[in-house]
Amino acid sequence: MLRAHGLSLAFGATLALQDVSFSAPAGRVLAVIGENGSGKSTLLKILAGELRPQAGQVEWNDQPLRPGDDQVLLVHQELALCPDLTAAENIFLGRIPGPRYSPAQLQDRAHALLSGMGFPEIPAAGPTRTLPISQRQILEIARAEARDAPVILLDEPTSSLTQADKQKLYDLIRTLKARGRTILFVSHFLEEIREVADDVVILRDGVKVAEGQIGDFTDADIVRHMVGRNVDDFFPRSDRTRGECLLTIENLTGTDDMPHQASLQVHRGEIVGVAGLNGAGRTELLRTIFGLREIKSGQVQVKNLASLSPRAHWRTQTGFVSEERKLDGVATDLSVAENITLPRRQGFLNRPAEGRSVAQRWIDELGVKCKDPDQPLQDLSGGNQQKVAFARLLHAECDLFLLDEPTRGIDVGSKIELYAQMDAAAQRGCAILMTSSYLPELQGICDRIAVMNRGRLVAIHDGRTVDSATLMADSIQ
Amino acid sequence: MKKDHSLPILIGAWILIYLAFAVAKPGVFFSLSNVEQLVRQSLVIGLGALGITYIIVAGGIDLSAGSVVALATVTGAMTLDQTGSVGAAIGACLLTGLVCGLLNGVLITRLGAGPFIVTLVSMLALRGVAKGISGEKPVYPEAPQWIGQLTGALTAENRWMIIPPGGWIWVVCTAAFAWALRYTTFGRNVVAIGSNEAAARVCGVQVNRVKVATYALGGAMFGLAGLMLLSRTRTGDMSSAMGAELSMIAAAVIGGASLSGGQGNLVGASVGALVMATINMGCNTVGLSNWVQEILTGVIILVAVAVDRLRARQLSVAG
Repeated sequence: MLRAHGLSLAFGATLALQDVSFSAPAGRVLAVIGENGSGKSTLLKILAGELRPQAGQVEWNDQPLRPGDDQVLLVHQELALCPDLTAAENIFLGRIPGPRYSPAQLQDRAHALLSGMGFPEIPAAGPTRTLPISQRQILEIARAEARDAPVILLDEPTSSLTQADKQKLYDLIRTLKARGRTILFVSHFLEEIREVADDVVILRDGVKVAEGQIGDFTDADIVRHMVGRNVDDFFPRSDRTRGECLLTIENLTGTDDMPHQASLQVHRGEIVGVAGLNGAGRTELLRTIFGLREIKSGQVQVKNLASLSPRAHWRTQTGFVSEERKLDGVATDLSVAENITLPRRQGFLNRPAEGRSVAQRWIDELGVKCKDPDQPLQDLSGGNQQKVAFARLLHAECDLFLLDEPTRGIDVGSKIELYAQMDAAAQRGCAILMTSSYLPELQGICDRIAVMNRGRLVAIHDGRTVDSATLMADSIQ
Repeated sequence: MKKDHSLPILIGAWILIYLAFAVAKPGVFFSLSNVEQLVRQSLVIGLGALGITYIIVAGGIDLSAGSVVALATVTGAMTLDQTGSVGAAIGACLLTGLVCGLLNGVLITRLGAGPFIVTLVSMLALRGVAKGISGEKPVYPEAPQWIGQLTGALTAENRWMIIPPGGWIWVVCTAAFAWALRYTTFGRNVVAIGSNEAAARVCGVQVNRVKVATYALGGAMFGLAGLMLLSRTRTGDMSSAMGAELSMIAAAVIGGASLSGGQGNLVGASVGALVMATINMGCNTVGLSNWVQEILTGVIILVAVAVDRLRARQLSVAG
């Protein structure tokens, strides 16, 4: 039994965690839910001994936990693996018997361990950088098993997995549960929590607001606890009128056959979603349209102009939000204001005062939580960073939005804000093309949903009437 | 799994370069004494490249290597001058390097100031120390015969050695360093830190201790390189080995080291040093000017980096 007593921690003036207590028995899965910034990650880090609480303590079987005794292992959201080491070395990192060791022996041990977990196919000898992300994740869990850690903390383990890989992960969680491990599971997805969790703890603004068995909560209950208000219009859908066509792609084929001979039209006043599995080519489709990837054959016509560069796109009011926020979504060292005005800088001189005042407007409009427009973006939570990325498009007065997984990994409150903004944009005549791995979201806000499968656009459905089974079937056939 | 062919490619390229010069100037290049000459010329850079490769694999850099080499020649020469003991002189060279490396490592890990800045500082300061203790004059010690023989041309009865003893020390060091990176826990921890420092820390690797060890080890190698330089010139010269750190880094990079850490090949680094010395010697033999050599060396490094990038792209599946 893992027990937390009255954990509190403040960063400066912000109370990240306030008097949080709970217990997690062995052989059960406890889901920790809450918006980004609600204190989930802080809680996990305290449990894992990476942060010290200012008050309270953590106990395992009535003994206080000491950092470094490896009772609790945290599987990080940003994978903590060394790409240049082999899978076996990553599993036993910090525990490799030394000073001399035998790679073959270590690989045998790793293979036995992975087989026991149901993943005999993961090569123990190869460099980790060549493994797909789903397998890398398993390595981190294997690391916990190698240390025989009774408590395993999973921080959003499914955020980058395909449906099939998620199933394998759920199976693994059940295996670990059967071995009597205590598992804490952080996720934004309610379906997923229902799939694997037995119990739930809900955090809001660093305070525990609810706990109990998962079966005792409806989805609406959970969301209400998370955001602290009733969410009637989770997915807004105002009356939209379809207008002229802004984007036409015809037989578009990109590098590596991603996309492959895709054809699609997007009109003013509509939101078109692209569903599909990871690796189906959705990101590649959007990036090819925006001029970030080479067009091998076929055509992209944006407002009757063909094959524009990203710079030209911004100038003609087409904006793009990247899936990889940290990679090319936002510049985390720049301020909120500079990020918003980045695509639309004018003149030779940088005029900070002017940037601040226009940025303030979008900060208010989108409810970006920040101290002031000069705050560096890295200080903001993921959801607020994403709002800033979206504000760019509004500031540049875009009428064609290309949004690649705009709500990935962000909190419910920020999602609701972005949905409302997208709906409002469509209502005033903007055209939106978005990808998402979260089907309820596509069904909630899209007018049409296209399905991508191995680079091809295989079907287009009416967003209001299509059911998940159809979309899933199109994705995997 | 795809296999990594970059080392055979590098060795092949070196042989091709060698053959090209051999064809241009037959007679001179196809001789054992030429091989011996090549080893003598690349020895100092080659030994230093081994040390700097460990530092680079761990994600660091050392700009003070050249200054440490110079300082080691000075302390070695002065010890030899004052004690007349070769053992003491060897000890002084190695100890000088080790202490400088430890100092770099401790400053980098304690100060958290970044290896580039810290070793830039020690590059300047240690050169100053070398000048200060030698009174800004080269030191010419009374050197016994065999310190020269360490790197000197082989005499007729020593021909069986093929390359001078210093060269054999280099060969042994290359093998030992390559083995240690692959087959010891320390070596894997070095790779782990350069690959993902945060992950290594989370897994309980003593990151700072391992980092300090790489700088100390590197320092000792620069000290050893200093000893070889002292043997060759029989001089403790505070202004020697200027810019040697860049040649060592170049050798490491030609050998397959990535400056972002996590990757490096010790055999490659030694071959890298040989490649640069071959170009140098070849151009001299054929009669090409110094500026051609410099351009050629630059191009070789560029090609090595380009090959490495291509290889990385091939090896990574999902990015």
